[in-house]
Amino acid sequence: MAKYLAKRIFYLILTLFIVITVTFFLMKLLPGTPLTNQAKLSKSQINLIYEQYGLNKPVWQQYLLYLAGAVKGDFGTSFQFSDQPVSYLISSRIGPSLQIGLQAMIIGVLLGVIIGAFGAMKQNTWVDTTTTVVSILGISIPSFVLAVLLQYYLGLKAGWFPIAEWGGFIYTVLPTLALGAQPLAESARFVRTEMVDVLSSDYIELAKAKGLSRTGVIYHHALRNSLIPLITIVGPLAVNIMTGSMVVENIFSIPGIGEQFVKSVLTNDYPTIMGLTIVYSFMLCVVLLITDILYGIVDPRIRLTGKAN
Amino acid sequence: MADTVKLPEDSFKPITSDDRAALDSEKIAAPSLTFAQDAWRRLKKNRGAWVSLIVLIVIFIMAFGSLFVSPHDPNAVHPAYANLPSKIPGIGINGFNGTLVQAGERIDAYKAAGASGAHYIMGTDYLGRDLFSRVLYGTRISLIIALVATLFDLTIGVTYGMFSGWKGGRVDTIMQRIIEIILSIPNLVVIVLLILILKPGMASIIIAIALTSWVNMARLVRAQTLELKEQEFILAARTLGESPIKIAFKHLLPNLSSVIIINTMFTIPNAIFFEATLSYIGIGISSPQASLGTLLNDGQKNFQFLPYQMWWPALILSIIMLAFNLLGDGLRDAFDPRTKE
Repeated sequence: MAKYLAKRIFYLILTLFIVITVTFFLMKLLPGTPLTNQAKLSKSQINLIYEQYGLNKPVWQQYLLYLAGAVKGDFGTSFQFSDQPVSYLISSRIGPSLQIGLQAMIIGVLLGVIIGAFGAMKQNTWVDTTTTVVSILGISIPSFVLAVLLQYYLGLKAGWFPIAEWGGFIYTVLPTLALGAQPLAESARFVRTEMVDVLSSDYIELAKAKGLSRTGVIYHHALRNSLIPLITIVGPLAVNIMTGSMVVENIFSIPGIGEQFVKSVLTNDYPTIMGLTIVYSFMLCVVLLITDILYGIVDPRIRLTGKAN
Repeated sequence: MADTVKLPEDSFKPITSDDRAALDSEKIAAPSLTFAQDAWRRLKKNRGAWVSLIVLIVIFIMAFGSLFVSPHDPNAVHPAYANLPSKIPGIGINGFNGTLVQAGERIDAYKAAGASGAHYIMGTDYLGRDLFSRVLYGTRISLIIALVATLFDLTIGVTYGMFSGWKGGRVDTIMQRIIEIILSIPNLVVIVLLILILKPGMASIIIAIALTSWVNMARLVRAQTLELKEQEFILAARTLGESPIKIAFKHLLPNLSSVIIINTMFTIPNAIFFEATLSYIGIGISSPQASLGTLLNDGQKNFQFLPYQMWWPALILSIIMLAFNLLGDGLRDAFDPRTKE
């Protein structure tokens, strides 16, 4: 286990290193400077600003400095907001994103499991049909369409929830719903298929033959065994939520990193884009690592010590 | 030579008509089906997939047919006819009869604009452009992007996966590490970075989506190749001195086809979704070109007063995604009967 963990963490660091390197040199390929009005500035002024951002050094030195800074969590200074370190920009904005993302993930997966399990239990009835319809709609309707509809009908027309901005818990409800639809749909579909499989297996027959109650069979045997593979889709779901958050945060004007990423892209704020790319891939790597470890713990048949795949 | 075989005497009698009937009972009555025919038969049984296939064909024909026959020019501006709601002749239901709620009253927007004779099925946008033509145009752009991205996906993904699986060993390990690194950055982030470098536009969206979407295909193809290459028919082909490229085309590809087709059906809606997201954010297709994403973005601005401007593109986008998803599900069941529920 310890050996496996060490190996995985090594790969995580290697991956992040490559991500940093590739994004750094990609950003260097791009035209654009931190200057807003180059024509009006004198040569010495430009040089001064370049020096402030460390752009006057040769590229390889910039790269090494960036790498050294990144290890300490320092991603340079934002082009858009002068004097604002990227790390501060990210750390002050990551809270709302994490909160909404986690809420969407937890609520989506929990509801998805319940809906999927009901669908499998009542296979080929109207309950099952409803499950399938809900899950296929959830997968097909883009989160930003859902977000606008929720914002209009539940926020503006019904007036139940604030339509935008960031405040207490009540402000998180609509974005959570918009982001949670996809995890809900995916996990409902996944659990349903998995559980239909499990319900027709021999050990369920045995449990029934022993005279276990219906809930006992479902809860102790069927549900538990169908949930294990669910861990494998947590990684892809996390990607979905990160992708969705960029647009959904924009629609609800939530001060999160997704909204910042889009803003930085539109204003060519390269240091912030780089910093956020690294943060996104770090989060994804950690999610993948945790799910892999969890999978090994929950299902002892999978040995972690061997090859990862 | 004492122990000669003794055959019973009736073995040498001619066959009677009764015997012939007995032989016939062993005949297989149903015609033998090839793999593709079998899959097609199963697909036709799946109502959802069948309807989706027809819907997609209709959407394709309409989207690409609008190149030649379009109800209006998608880029023609009529400021006088701006923001007219949808009006379908003969339908009196509110929402389809050209009326609008303005200041608490329902008025005939067409009369107010002095366009009583005209009718726009999906209404017009803020510049008076026919929304139906623009939706068709946007659908076409979205479909083109999805299809070209899929083509790249097929070539890069399948080649990468087959090569990695076929070579095995160290090459495979390195190639899989590369895939893991790509997978550890959210796709949309990679696409955004690539678009920044390539300058926003249709070509760069296609390239960006293509460069990121092949990964899943490569993984699936590799896993399948690893399994296939251990099988006897591949061994036989190798023993006979067939070149690897010929083995790949003649033996591997046909056996991989179901995996490839199924995965393609999930790549297409993904590409459409990414394009819509990018255009919605504002770094995708730019005006006067339109895609479903830009139409959604335009429509969303006026959603409170002119909801139809967002409903139509949202509806079409959702239908396309739904149809591809259902068709993908149906194809998976059809090509892989083991997964049927």
